[in-house]
Amino acid sequence: MKEIRFHGRGGQGAVTAAEMIAIAAYEDGRYSQAFPAFGVERRGAPVMAFARIADDPIRIRSQIYEPDYVVVQDVTLLDVVDVASGLKGTGKIIINTDRQPSALNLNTKAEVVAIDATKIAMETLGRPIVNTTMLGAFCGSTGEIKLESLNKALMTKFSGELANKNLLAIKTAFERVSK
Amino acid sequence: MMKVIEGSHAVAHAVMCCRPDVISAYPITPQTHIVEHLSQLVADGKLNTEFLTVDSEFSALSSLVGASVVGARCYSSTTSQGLALMWEVLYNSSGLRLPLVMTVANRALGAPLNIWNDQQDSVGARDSGWIQLYAENVQEAVDMTPQAYKIAEDPDILLPVMVCMDGFILTHVYEPVYLLEQDKVDSYLPPYRPAVVLDTANPKTFGAFVDPSKFTEYRYMQWDAQIRAKQKIVDAALDFQKIFGRYYGGLIDTYHAEDAEIMIVTMGSVIGTIRDCIDSMRAEGIKVGLTKIRSYRPFPAEALQKALKDASVIAVIEKDTTVGNQSALLTDLKAALYNSKLRMPVLGFTAGLGGRDITVTDIRKMVEISSRAKDGVAESDYQFLDLKKELL
Repeated sequence: MKEIRFHGRGGQGAVTAAEMIAIAAYEDGRYSQAFPAFGVERRGAPVMAFARIADDPIRIRSQIYEPDYVVVQDVTLLDVVDVASGLKGTGKIIINTDRQPSALNLNTKAEVVAIDATKIAMETLGRPIVNTTMLGAFCGSTGEIKLESLNKALMTKFSGELANKNLLAIKTAFERVSK
Repeated sequence: MMKVIEGSHAVAHAVMCCRPDVISAYPITPQTHIVEHLSQLVADGKLNTEFLTVDSEFSALSSLVGASVVGARCYSSTTSQGLALMWEVLYNSSGLRLPLVMTVANRALGAPLNIWNDQQDSVGARDSGWIQLYAENVQEAVDMTPQAYKIAEDPDILLPVMVCMDGFILTHVYEPVYLLEQDKVDSYLPPYRPAVVLDTANPKTFGAFVDPSKFTEYRYMQWDAQIRAKQKIVDAALDFQKIFGRYYGGLIDTYHAEDAEIMIVTMGSVIGTIRDCIDSMRAEGIKVGLTKIRSYRPFPAEALQKALKDASVIAVIEKDTTVGNQSALLTDLKAALYNSKLRMPVLGFTAGLGGRDITVTDIRKMVEISSRAKDGVAESDYQFLDLKKELL
């Protein structure tokens, strides 16, 4: 089983991102689960969401304390949340930042993947909403879900021009980290 | 068809498949997505029902009393303070023997104000005459919905049923779920055709004043119907299995119970985490098993006596407390064992109040405490498992 923790701020779509991972993993023929950390929903407040992917049905329902992967949608969270808490040394943390991984001073042995998702989102969507861009980066850097499954998952949440723009955001981030 | 879907939406879909004539509800976190989605299904023309938007939970359930006595199949959903506001109508609807079905998205009761999950709300309504079923996962909450109508509308029973599912943990989770097929639900659940209805052409009185010469007999018949519902709940699960191929047990279910020395008893979504814990502890040689409560009311006393008879110690974990005594399931279970020959220690653990996460560590701690009790080490027989003493 692979466990993923999302850190974002209210309104950035962290919960939707976790849901799309669950839908994509199921498209891949695996079992999945996604749920929010049930905070009091306020725009801008730090939020968490969780996803699990496994080959067998998932029964556990506690929150995720030792994730395999962490996705951080907003680098300013590093000042207020211990985003790497419990992250497995063999795992990865994917952070939306224009800085180099070494400049982030993260307390983890896991690989740090830095991607300027805000820039990609502004170029593709025209708005700094980075959840789909970060999913592209997650997909490209971990290989836990297939790109075409992620695209299918996206189409369950978006349609029309907005869907096309988000598909481009996913593809751009996927290629950026897959290099 | 199986798909990854939010728990609330899957339940709303199940309600739609039961073809309710009248839905009446008031939105409240974390139940909101259920009624919001039902409202959407009505607006989309997929669900042909009278959807009443009312001013409160009291009105929601009261309007269903009116709809039910004229023969309508009715549905509502609520939680926490909303269920508390229904209190008077809970007793009236069960006393009137109306087969309502209501999903309770379990949540803590204030004060202090808290929107998160525990089971204090429905457990507090255990004596209201409603049948109470508790779901372990989204699929079971979905499948319990037509089962609830089947039990409620049985002419020999005629009692309202609550389908209880943990708020947020099950209402807001995305996971793979088999959505119910309409044709299968239609063959499982026949239309509701009550023998006695309110009809202007043939006037009758419902809810008449009853004096001391007959009140006890009405209450007894209600009590007796709950006891007889035990077999109907078992039958409803078996009939469901024949058509849908899914089964979760009748009144209870067990997991690794055969040779369990330490038996955990609980209800609701924490069971999934406990199953995983049991697998890992079994691999370490710890003989631990699970007895899952599906029906809390009627209380499955005989089934529990049978399932627990070989255990050395019983650990009851539940998301409620009875302030001034111990917790509800614990005291019910001990009452069920007292006049039997079973005399193993029964320990009670309250946990997960107000949304506190119940972790693998918590379950292991509970099993360790229970294991010591099995070996004769006396400890408190009731405790708050996840209490932060440093905050007191």
